[in-house]
Amino acid sequence: MGSQLYRAIIDGILGGGVYALMAVGLTLIFGVLDIINIAQGILVVLAAYLSSVLSAHLHFDLFAGLLITIPVMFVIGIVIYRLFMHRLRGRERTSMSLLASYAVMIIIEGILYLGFGPDFISLNAWYVTATVHVFGFYLPYIYLFGFGLAVLLVAGLYFVLYRTKFGRSLRATMQDRVAARLIGIDVNRVAALAFGIGVGVTAVGGMVFGATNAFNPNSGYDLISRLLAIIILGGLGSIGGAMVAAVFMTTVESVVNIWSPTWSVVVFYAALILVLTFRPAGLFGRPAVRAQ
Amino acid sequence: MSLPSVLRWGSVAALLAIAAVFPLVFTSELVTQIAVDTLIFAGAAAAWNIFSGYSGYISLGHAVFFGAGAYTAGVAAQDWQISGSAEFLLLPLAAAVAAVIAVPFGLIALRVRRHTFVVVTIAVFFIFQLMAFNLAVTGGSVGINAPFLGWDPVTYNNPFYYLALIIVVGTTALSWLIRRSRFGLQLRAIRDDEDRARGLGVRVMRVKLSAFIISAVPMGLVGALWFFFIVQVLPQYGFDPLLDLSVALMTFLGGLGRVAGPVLGALILEPGQQYLTLHIGNSYLSEIILGALFLLVILFLPRGIIPFLEERMTAWRGRAARAPDTVPASPAGEHPAPAARRGTP
Repeated sequence: MGSQLYRAIIDGILGGGVYALMAVGLTLIFGVLDIINIAQGILVVLAAYLSSVLSAHLHFDLFAGLLITIPVMFVIGIVIYRLFMHRLRGRERTSMSLLASYAVMIIIEGILYLGFGPDFISLNAWYVTATVHVFGFYLPYIYLFGFGLAVLLVAGLYFVLYRTKFGRSLRATMQDRVAARLIGIDVNRVAALAFGIGVGVTAVGGMVFGATNAFNPNSGYDLISRLLAIIILGGLGSIGGAMVAAVFMTTVESVVNIWSPTWSVVVFYAALILVLTFRPAGLFGRPAVRAQ
Repeated sequence: MSLPSVLRWGSVAALLAIAAVFPLVFTSELVTQIAVDTLIFAGAAAAWNIFSGYSGYISLGHAVFFGAGAYTAGVAAQDWQISGSAEFLLLPLAAAVAAVIAVPFGLIALRVRRHTFVVVTIAVFFIFQLMAFNLAVTGGSVGINAPFLGWDPVTYNNPFYYLALIIVVGTTALSWLIRRSRFGLQLRAIRDDEDRARGLGVRVMRVKLSAFIISAVPMGLVGALWFFFIVQVLPQYGFDPLLDLSVALMTFLGGLGRVAGPVLGALILEPGQQYLTLHIGNSYLSEIILGALFLLVILFLPRGIIPFLEERMTAWRGRAARAPDTVPASPAGEHPAPAARRGTP
């Protein structure tokens, strides 16, 4: 029992790293644009399919393939922003953005179904099957590699946000869009880049997700609902909060999974609702929801 | 009665007359089936609009009430061994269960606003879907089958058609009454500025929760009716995320927060979608088209058909009167001032 619990916690933490990365992208987009990108889940799945095409047909290593998929996802993000999100205006902008990204999601889902069919696939490489002995357990290498890469990228994002000029203008835009524009920040450019970065990280998320789970075009729903729960729990727009919440949620789920696999997912959402009942702004959210 | 209101009530009467004789004129089973489907969506959209349209809180969890209605009808009919037309006596029960679920759901979700509210409704929705998959009472992933109704297969669809029509007309009438009432005015005050509404003495939580519960009732009704119509409920179709999306899309297309908006949207979209599915025969392709259509509506007709037409009418009448300084009032009271005059007793 004790060792099972121990193992569940390690699983949860390692799995949480990837969710943290995907959730940071989502919360970054929210922070800058005040938009929730519902399509984030299906974009992760799209990235997983891109990785699978690269590795199956062009024999790219999964990690080397990221050198292609990250820029591709980045560009897809900017295109989505320029074509749809950029144009939304007016009082209903918030709900419109949700619905617009939902529409983007079902379009991509339909395209993936047309291209790849409904069968479940998963990514393969030596480190997906080979295991390593850590803390008395056997874990596939991919869990460690994926976690390491996620930590590295989140750290990189932190560096960009807090140590570069672009990061400063991005954080300024997050704090106050109008004031940022007044001091000469090109907020449209910042917004487009933030959307691009937020979608770009799904390339890594998709690769690791695809290597650790079987997926099909329908997997986007499950992913996005988890990611939404994570960023709300962490407090919308809070990058640190998203990371903590991701690890917390996956660990809780993985621990409950010992007793009841069917109910572990319910616990995931129940935890969210419980926390929001006592802290409507989430764990690390700013108490006042910003005014429209 | 002024000319616009004569026109309005005339068109409502004409629409009702057309709807009443529709299945007698178009006797094809397929056509009636699509008509029933359309009416079910129209009812769901009208119900959704009562809450989300008037209060501005976009709920993506109303499928919970739809599914609750369907499962209530199914479980009750199964356990109490009800069959034949007596099954329809279960409709009020389905509505009541939906309303009861709406109380705790609303109490939790309505504490938060905007994005967070939307996400909480999605989370509650997924909890219900997972429960339907995993509980014994819902039959798990096999779902529940409806006991056979024993109706004449030739006119099988007609009773459904008229029941659905009654629900749609009733919900729309309710929506119209609410929009004209003090309660509706309070809801729209919340939509425009919740903090100010509270400051002016609106009991926001009570008002929001009431609207949430009221809109759950027709949702439960159409859910139960849908179950009897297709004689089966599976977790993924009873609690269907696409239902939430379709209902929102229909309402946005027709006009969010307008009485006729959701019905108009449903009348356009549902037959259109059925047509696409029938003629393309590829559900993935029609899914892509639905998404693309949705994007087009949001980008080019963001306020919906009815407000768009009203603006055109106003502009046209303004030009016809050749007096730009006397702008005629908008007929349906989109401007707050005339609506306020009508709404205050």
